Amino acid sequence: MKENHDKKEYWAAFVQRWSGVVLALFLPAHFLVLSRSLQGEQALDGFLHWADMPLVKLAEAGLVGLLTVHLLGGFRILLIEFFTWGEWQARMITVAAGGAFACGCLFLMRAI
Amino acid sequence: MKDSFAIKLWLIQRVSGMLLGIFVVIHLVTMIVAIQGGLTAKEILERTSGNWLLGGFYSVFVITAALHGSVGLRTVAQETTGWRGVSLDAAVGLFCLLLVVIGLSAIRGLVL
Repeated sequence: MKENHDKKEYWAAFVQRWSGVVLALFLPAHFLVLSRSLQGEQALDGFLHWADMPLVKLAEAGLVGLLTVHLLGGFRILLIEFFTWGEWQARMITVAAGGAFACGCLFLMRAI
Repeated sequence: MKDSFAIKLWLIQRVSGMLLGIFVVIHLVTMIVAIQGGLTAKEILERTSGNWLLGGFYSVFVITAALHGSVGLRTVAQETTGWRGVSLDAAVGLFCLLLVVIGLSAIRGLVL
């Protein structure tokens, strides 16, 4: 495995796996926060107020970036598995990285 | 037998991934549009209360994400820790169930 560390395909697989792990583990927290609405508007507002802190916004933008990179990376896997290989598919890693960065930045710009 | 279970999980992961590809794009666009100027509980609940279409969409989203996340965690756990067998399947099954229960309860809080 070690000799592949200089290949971007290795890092694409690495990012796909670990972004997935972070997103899967984030889901229970995300759902629990939204469940606060069951206890009324104030309970949810209490959390939203906390989420207004710049560091939390930055973490949220990071999550948006991870979600986008996982989405585009997953799309790349489907293209590789279900379609005949074409050189253009190699560019999908760059598209995923660029798209994730752009989406994270866009979210941050809208959020602040 | 083992192989057919692995194939089923692979299929679940690909089909749920395709569906999530559509759902996540909708979720990302909604999020980036909705976040403008910060969020309040009132604003969120005004948008979600009594909105059955949204409730239906997010219910399918939650179940699909729970399946995809659990199968993905199982794969990463096998690859990184070597954990296998019934105990791993039971753990990810429980995680999937937990996600579905708290996810649907969050939707109930937001829509009803």
